[in-house]
Order: sequence, then C-alpha cells, then structure tokens
Amino acid sequence: MKPAPFVRHVPKTVDEAVTILGEVAGQDGRVLAGGQSLVPIMAFRLAKPAHLVDINEIAELDHIASDGKTLSIGARVRHAAFHKAVVAGPLGALLAQVARHIAHYPIRMRGTFCGSIAHADPASEWCLAAATLDATVVARSTRGERQIAAKDFFAGIMTTALAEDELLTHVRIPIPPQDTRFGFNEFNRRAGDFAMAASLAAYRVQNGKIADARVGVGGAEPFPRRLAEAEAALNGHVPGDKAFRAAAEAAAQAVEAMEDHQTTAEYRRDLVRAVVRRALEQAAS
Amino acid sequence: MSAKIDITLTINGRAHPISVEPRRTLADAIREDCGQTGTHIGCEHGVCGACTVLVDNEPVRSCLMFAVQAAGKEIRTVEGLADGDKLHPVQQAFMDHHGLQCGFCTPGFLMLAVGVLEREPDISDADLLDVLASNLCRCTGYQNIIKAVRAAAAQMRGR
Amino acid sequence: MTAHTKGSGLKWVGRAIRRLEDPALVRGHGRFTHDMPAAYWVRFVRSPVAAGTIKSLERPDGGMVFTAADLKGVKPILPMLHKFGYKPIGQPVLADGVVRFVGEPIAAVAAASAGEAEDIADEIVLEIAETKPVIDARDALKPGAAQIHAQVPGNVILDGRFKSDGFDAAWNGAYRVVKLDARSRRQNATPIEARGGHAAYDRLTGRVALICTTQMPHLTRTAICDLLGFPESDLRVIAPDVGGGFGQKMSLAAEYVVLVWLARRLKSSVAWIEDRRENLIAAFHARDQYIALEGAFDQDARLIALKADVVANVGAYSCFPTTCGVEPLMAMAEIPGPYDVRHYQCHARGVLTNTCTMAPYRGVSRPVITFALERLMDKAARAFGIDPVETRRRNLVAKFPYKTAVGLEYDEASYKQTLDLAVKKIDLPAFRKRQREARANGRYLGIGFSTFCERTGYGSPAFAARGMEITPGWETVIVSVDPSGFVEARIGSSPHGQGLRTTLAQIIADELGIPPEMIKVVHGDTDRAPYGWGTFASRSLVIAGGATLIAARKIRAKLIKMASTMLEAAEVDIVLENGEAKVAGTDRAVSIGKMARAAYTQTHKFGAIEPGISETAHYDPPGTFSNACHVAIVDVDIETGKVTVERFLVAEDAGKIINPMIADGQVHGGVAQGIGNALFEEIVYDEQGAPLTATLADYLPPTAHEIPPIELHHLETPSPNSITKAKGLGEGGAIGAPAAIINAINDALSSFEAEIDEIPATPQRIRAALRTRGKAA
Repeated sequence: MKPAPFVRHVPKTVDEAVTILGEVAGQDGRVLAGGQSLVPIMAFRLAKPAHLVDINEIAELDHIASDGKTLSIGARVRHAAFHKAVVAGPLGALLAQVARHIAHYPIRMRGTFCGSIAHADPASEWCLAAATLDATVVARSTRGERQIAAKDFFAGIMTTALAEDELLTHVRIPIPPQDTRFGFNEFNRRAGDFAMAASLAAYRVQNGKIADARVGVGGAEPFPRRLAEAEAALNGHVPGDKAFRAAAEAAAQAVEAMEDHQTTAEYRRDLVRAVVRRALEQAAS
Repeated sequence: MSAKIDITLTINGRAHPISVEPRRTLADAIREDCGQTGTHIGCEHGVCGACTVLVDNEPVRSCLMFAVQAAGKEIRTVEGLADGDKLHPVQQAFMDHHGLQCGFCTPGFLMLAVGVLEREPDISDADLLDVLASNLCRCTGYQNIIKAVRAAAAQMRGR
Repeated sequence: MTAHTKGSGLKWVGRAIRRLEDPALVRGHGRFTHDMPAAYWVRFVRSPVAAGTIKSLERPDGGMVFTAADLKGVKPILPMLHKFGYKPIGQPVLADGVVRFVGEPIAAVAAASAGEAEDIADEIVLEIAETKPVIDARDALKPGAAQIHAQVPGNVILDGRFKSDGFDAAWNGAYRVVKLDARSRRQNATPIEARGGHAAYDRLTGRVALICTTQMPHLTRTAICDLLGFPESDLRVIAPDVGGGFGQKMSLAAEYVVLVWLARRLKSSVAWIEDRRENLIAAFHARDQYIALEGAFDQDARLIALKADVVANVGAYSCFPTTCGVEPLMAMAEIPGPYDVRHYQCHARGVLTNTCTMAPYRGVSRPVITFALERLMDKAARAFGIDPVETRRRNLVAKFPYKTAVGLEYDEASYKQTLDLAVKKIDLPAFRKRQREARANGRYLGIGFSTFCERTGYGSPAFAARGMEITPGWETVIVSVDPSGFVEARIGSSPHGQGLRTTLAQIIADELGIPPEMIKVVHGDTDRAPYGWGTFASRSLVIAGGATLIAARKIRAKLIKMASTMLEAAEVDIVLENGEAKVAGTDRAVSIGKMARAAYTQTHKFGAIEPGISETAHYDPPGTFSNACHVAIVDVDIETGKVTVERFLVAEDAGKIINPMIADGQVHGGVAQGIGNALFEEIVYDEQGAPLTATLADYLPPTAHEIPPIELHHLETPSPNSITKAKGLGEGGAIGAPAAIINAINDALSSFEAEIDEIPATPQRIRAALRTRGKAA
C-alpha cells in the first residue's frame, strides 16, 4: 500500500498552479490539497497520478472572507477552520456544527473544504452544504475563470463539472437571512464514518408559516441535492411534527436511493426519512 | 522510482537531512529515513491513527502526508514527549491507568491526546471522547485510554 | 491504583502494580517487527479471483519474482487431525497452479523498498482461467457445488457427531421444544499491527533469524523447518513486541515460510509487512457459522435435551496447527455451556469454500455458541412466559465438579452467583420501570443477559481428545538467579500485550521475597526461551504461570537450603523477604545477591547442594473453566435500526486474580471486541468471492464512541485444577458480549414481535427484521 511514483509540483501562486495544471492535466495530473481522500486512494493504487500539483504553498488560497452577502472559502482552508464560527449568524454556527461530523479531528486538521467539494464523495457533508445552500464553485484554468452553480457542479459519484485542467480556487456560499433556522443530521455506523444518509434543512418562519425551505439530502444518491418535493411539503405550513413528517416522507419517496451489498433502496429511504425529520426538528428547536 | 528530493525533516527539534521520493509518506520517512520507529503504521489509509504525529503542533495522520510536504515544519513524535527521565503527563497517565496493552496504537493515541490538550486545554469530556474516537485500539476497549487522557488533562490544567 | 511498594511483607500477587512492559512502550522504544531494516522488501502477488487455474505469469524485466516453480522441494503446509473424518489438505506456500481464494499468495517480489516491490508486482501480468467459486457454506454443501479440493468431495472436510445415551427418549418426553436458527457472519481479529516478518541470513553461522508477529515462536520454528527441510538449530524465531494478535497471529503464515526460504536463497535479510488490505482479505478469518439449535424443556422450563447442527465455513485451507476443526469441534464439545443438560446431540461440520482460511480468533467458537445458546434461553423464557433470568437460574450448573454430557469436567465455579450479582448490580426492577417509561415516549430500550462458562488453560489431554496431531498443552519455565542476584524467568509462552512479564514477576516475587523489578521475564526468542507453545486459548497465566510458580518454589527451596548453611540455622526457621533470607525472630540475614554470588563462586561451602541457581519446571493442567454473566442495556433507534449500547456490566469469575488492573484490561478489551462482533464487524464477499470489506472504512472495529463504560465485578473461586488457583480470562469478554447485546436488542424489539438471530446485528438487519417479522415500525 505505497503510492505509485509521481512528480510533485509546488506552485506558489494560483497563476503558476493553473499553468502547471494545464501542462500536466493531460498526463494524469491531479491537484493535491489536504490529501485526506486522495492519498488513501493512491495508497490502494486506485489512483496513480503521474503528477501532483500541490497547492498547499499557495498563500492566496488560505482566505476565508465574508462581504455580508457571500462567504468565500479558499482552496487551502482546512475543515478545522470551521470548528469555530467563521461568520456571524446562523451560517457560521451551522458550518461549525457540520464540520464536527467530518471524519475525525486529525483528518480535519489537513483536509480542506474545497477539496471535499472537488472530490465529490456522495456522503460529503460539505457537498451537501454546498448543494443545499446553492453555493457557487469558482474554477480557474489558463483558459480563464468560471463560476459553476452547485446544482450544475455535481454530476455523479465523485464526478463533477470541473475540467481536468481546472483548479477549484474557492467556493462562495450566499449568506442566508439572519432569521434562517438550520438543522443538520446524519446517519453513520460509527462516529466519523461516511454518512449513509445526511440532511441539511433550513427555513424561515413568516406569519407562523414556513418560508424559503431548503431540504438537502446527501449520501443517498450519487450526489447531494435539494429536494423540491420535501421543500414544497414545508413552505406555507406551520412548522411542527406534521409538516416535518410530511417533508421527510416526501424526501424518502423523492430520492433515487443508492444500493450496495448491505443497503437496500428501501433501507436508504428509511434513513432519508429519519435524517430529514431530525434535521427539521433540530432547526425548529 | 522517481527522482529523489533532498529535504530536511525536523523531528523533535533535531534536523534529519534525507533524500526521498515524492511518494514517500511522512510516516515512512520518519520511521525508515529518520530511524524514529516509535511512530507506528497500522492502516496506511488514514483510519486507525497509529501514525498520528504533530506537525506544527497539529495532530495529523502521517500516512496521509508526503514527507516532502513536511519539510521546514516542526514534527513531534512519541520519542520527543518525555523530558529525559521525566515522562510527559500523558505518558505517565497511560502507565498509571493501564491505558495500553500491546502498545502498538499507543504512540498515536499519545500524540493525538497531547496535540488536542495543548490546543484545547479546557476541552469538555464529551468533546475529548469525540477526539479520542479518531484512533483505533484493539486491546483496551478504550476504557483506560479515556481515563488516562482525562487524568492527564486535569493534571496539565493544574500546572 | 496501587503504587509500587518495596518489600514490606505485603504479597505482590493480587495487587494492581503498574506494568513492567510500559516504560519502553510509552516512550516509543518498543521493538516491533516493522522496525527492523532489511536489504529486501517483499511484496506478495495475490490472487485477484476466488477460484481458478493459473495459466501464466509474466515477469517484468529486472524484477526478482519468485513463484511456486522456484520453491520446488518446499512442502505444503499440512495440518493434521486424527478424528472426525478429517481429510488432510495441503496448502502450497505459494499457489501451485490452482487458486482458491482472493488474496492467496501466488508470487513473491523482492526489491530494495516496499514501494518498489509493489511497483514490480503491479507490472506482473497474471492470466488465470476462472472457475465458479463457492462462497457460502450452505451453498458448498449442495449437490453439484464446485469442489474446492479434489480430495474432499462434497467440501465437508470434517464431520463430527455426538449423541448421548438415552437422547431420543429424553427428547420425546419434552414438554416444549424451542428452536433457533443462528447465523454468525465472518469476522477478522484486526490487530492494529498487521502481520509481518523479517528473515535475516547470517553468513557466519548459516542460520536464519526470523523476527515475526507470532503468538507461537517455537512451533513456527518447527513448522518452517519441517516445510523447508533443515535443522531447527539453524532457525531462530523471535517474537519481538507484538501489536496484538487475538489468535490471528497464532496460525502459521505461509508468507513466513517464503521469507525464510528467500533469506536462505538470497543470503540476505528480507522483510514483509502485511498491509491492511492484505490483513483484511488474507490474514485469517473467523466465526462464519450457521448454528441450528433446538432445546427440549420440561414443564418447569428445565432444559432436558439439546440438539445442535453446526456448519462452519472454514475457508479454502486448514490452519496450522489447530486445523480447521477448531471452530466446529469446539462448538460440538462446548455448546451445552453452563447449563445442566444431560442429553445432547450434535452434528458439526467444517465446510470448505473459496474464501480466506478460518483460524482461531479470541474465544474461537464460543462467542458464536454462547450467542446461540443464550438466544435459546431467552426464547424459552418468552415461550414459558417467565423472565430470562429465571430460565437461566433454573438451568445453571450449581454443583461442582460437574461432568457435562460430552464428558468435560467443570471445576469449582460460581455460575449462579455471578448471575445473581449481575442482576443485583444492574438493578433489573429499576431498568424495567425505565424501559416502560421510555417505550411510552417512543424510545426502545432493552436488556440482555448472557451467562457462560469457558474452558481456559487447556492442557494436552484436552487437545488430544480432539484428535489433534499437535497438542499444545504444557509449558516450561526456567527460573534462574544469576550471580548478580537478579532473577530471570525464561518462558516458552509468548505474550503480546497481556502483561505477562508483570504478572509472572509478581508470582516469583512472592516466592522469593524480592520486588518484581528485580525479575526479568524473557520470552519470544527460541534461542533464549525453552520450547513452549505460546499465548492463546486463555492459557498463559494458568499454564506458564503454573510452571513459573513451580520453578520459583524450587528456587525458594534451594535458597532456604543455602541460607540454612550460610546462617547456620534450621531450614524451617528461614524466611525470604525484602531481598534477604533471614532467621525468623533474629537479625541474622544474608542478601539474595550474596547467596547468588556464593552459589556460583563459593560452591565448596555448600556440600551436596548443586552449583548455580537455576530450576526448570513444566506444567500441564487438566484445564479449568472460568465463568461470567454479562449484561447489556441498549437503545434501539427503531427508525434507523441503530443500536447504542448504554451500559455494559460484567460479573465474572476467573479464579484467583494475580493483577486486578491487568485482569480488568483483558475483560475490557474482550467486551469491546464482542460489541464489535455483535454490531459492527463483518467480512463480506460478493457472489464471485471478491471481498467487499478490504478497508477500515468498510470493516468496522468500534471506536471509543461505540463502547460504553464497562462495569466490572469479580468473584474469585479458586480453581482446584490450577496450581496458582487462577483461571484464564483473556477471551471471556469477547465470548459473553455478543449474546448479551443481541438479547438486549431482541428485548428492545419485543413490543414489535420482531426478532433477530444474526450477528452482527447491523442497522440494516434490524430494520429488515422489523419490516418482515415485526408488527409495525
């Protein structure tokens, strides 16, 4: 379980990085950020990149900033940066809560937010957050910069809209209104394991009724997404057990549940039903 | 094989000039190139935590970092915990509370515990349990590891 | 925590002294197999398919690649059993033409580093003509199933039957028969240190030193020399610090044989460190069994007859030395457990499949048979409408010694007392109240009991009764006081985390009146230790401890004799304490150090007393039975099937306890593995025999989060079958826990009338049980 040989490139700037990436992308070049997903895959030799573009020495990717409307997260920001709220209000609190569910403490010291997005594991908490909160992914290459909406970014299991010569430089999350309520719940076998289903739910209450509901589900389909059916079951309804159960049921029916050797689609839907309801209950509490 | 690169790893304050392939993991470099075999390797895919070391005082899985990435950083391993004959409080607590049996996972647990207690001395018992769930032990059932780290935390706070 | 105290007349045995092993280990100064530098690192090329014939193997240019063709003359591993229709099958150390499971070694690549060896292995082009594999044991029993070994038609390698006299009459007189189909899925012991070996050829002597992660250094030496055909005096086997074993490091690894062959061939040092994927797919597996149980009860819920059918999936080969009979035969002998049941019938089969070879893992069959039998007792309780504690109370053996239906003799123990203690400590009435209240709020709590006894410290006759060719029952210990006055105990047993250096030192310390720090226990080196068997089967403290005590007593007698001469006093007046021999009631004394020096340098003073101070002792006990009652309280999340273990309590009796701290640690670790077995850990193959659990993200040993605080209570019934009065306790935690957990889950599910009789009881399986068998959920 030793990684196959590769050539390491250590750019100091984004410009330099995308230039190198442009050159090596066609020769099985990949970006190395935190390495907490890539290195295990390399250890099993499921990936044998010939070139690694190590972005850990690009200082400009370390930023995390808010302009009041958008939170911008650079490609070198580690999961552990979110242990404390990175922005005032509900979003910072939510991200702090979600971060605690990502693998384990030492993994969070190295792994990066943007790396998780680029890796696009179906169970990734950050991918779920990006999808639910309608984040925008910013990608750079020698061809220029483009912005990709989360709903267009995720394309399948560990598959994204990112071109092989593109560097995901940062992710932008719109900052929701201050009265937004959030809840997050995930199901896994052991603490720190990949979620078998996870839900991030958000809504506001206007005139006693739910508005702007967002229900995202991860770990159940090849990539996380918002479930319009569940959101429809919430908007305009009084927050509470009845609406939450209806939304959870709608979510369970809406997902095209992934199956594996131990997990039937029916069981996956059980989990979706549970995590959605629990996320909503947490949002309400 | 790919071309070897000359780097210097600073482990427990001592400089180790070595020559490694980029693919060499930090865990392998610490053990084989620098001869510090106290850091153990249990899974090489970042799950068991036996290889946990401190890099710039952050507990990390040394099997998931390449040695070349650690050049210029301060690496701390189990061999650097004791001050001469005097054990680090966490080491002493592991002995006092029988927090080890075969001793293979122990260096990883010690570095994890030292790393988190230095960064968050007032960590709650519940949060500490979350952190200790990062590493696997197959002998102790974790009972005495938890006791040992809690006792060491109390002692380190008292100093 | 008891700190060290020096002398003071207090006994060392029974005290929680700190371990002598620890100072090096906490400093990172241990010495494990992987720590050795080597000239060559070896990578094994392993079969990617479960069944097939090797057509060709294309070596890349320049690589050092060795296959079965190179190993001509190396004999296959051929474990032997002389009973129960066992059909001997050989395992070539590198696959010779045929592959029988994914992960079977086919070739060995040697290179300057592990990475380079893996690079070369990657380039090897292997062509295998695949054949249809058989993965499940019941499928392997079907007519027309693919045959794993030509000499075992029908794939039944071992077929054991037992039926007690008068069984049918007893069975026909039953008031009620309770049935159970239990399934235990396959598991892997998963020591955090995987296996590994380092073989170095010495040009001066022509010997090879094999450092490896073994629990049995001497037998490893014997086995390898048998297979390679050279004298044992030319092989030194060293078990250095070993990072846990739990049985997996007991059986002979074919890879070690290849390493020694390579070291001799290359006249150099070669190392192989098993990676985690190899460990999960190709180190030994365990516990893959179907057990069908039927219990015939009288109208008072007393078990009068028990019928069992055991089908054990033993994998592709038979493990050395125990053979693949170890699981089915242990099941057959020990299924009746702690209950007084006079009539017993069992059919136990070992079935070959295209899966990784089975071998002993902590508890061997007993976690599975205890799970099955304890489910039966709970089902009986439900059928009779009585409390599960009551079915146990009515059936537990109470009078000792007790001879079981198959003829095992249970020594003095506390089956009912541990149950009563557990029931009291857990406060059953308070729990039932809390359970009712929780149910009203939609929370489903359950309590589960597990009572069991386990044979520990098996002597040679116990192994002989199974027809084993190798009966690893006895141990030898040599205790010496050298001229420096320090004591060395060389033991054949080979601990790997159990703290035997400390506990044996405690035993010697009491005999010789010296502190444990003055005693060095030497093990795990065939050049230094007397021939012995190792650490497995909860035996070391009983057997090596017994031999240690006998040897120490001989030393004591000699020291007293010498002191009698040196102090000119009668032997009866000499006491040994605080590092001295003294004449009781006087201030006349001589230090052990002085006596030791004199024993070597002033022998003329001692007349008929032989020079030096060194004594050898052997011990081969009949075996002794530990017992315990485990109780689990669980919270089952009905919506997801997730189980949280809220509380775990053990009331156990392993006879006299030498070091309570170490004893507790053994139970903790066993219980944690038992919880893993009950809820999390499962080796899964797909229908083609591809392992689907080849990472620690797929095979799930529990973390600190999944193990609740474990509450321990001890009773100490001294064993008449053990000279130290101690019984074994290394496996008990793992044996009792799965049954307690699974009974607790079923208790929680009882209001849904859903049942689960399968381990691990994964959330998926619990939800499936609720869906298919339950009323509603």
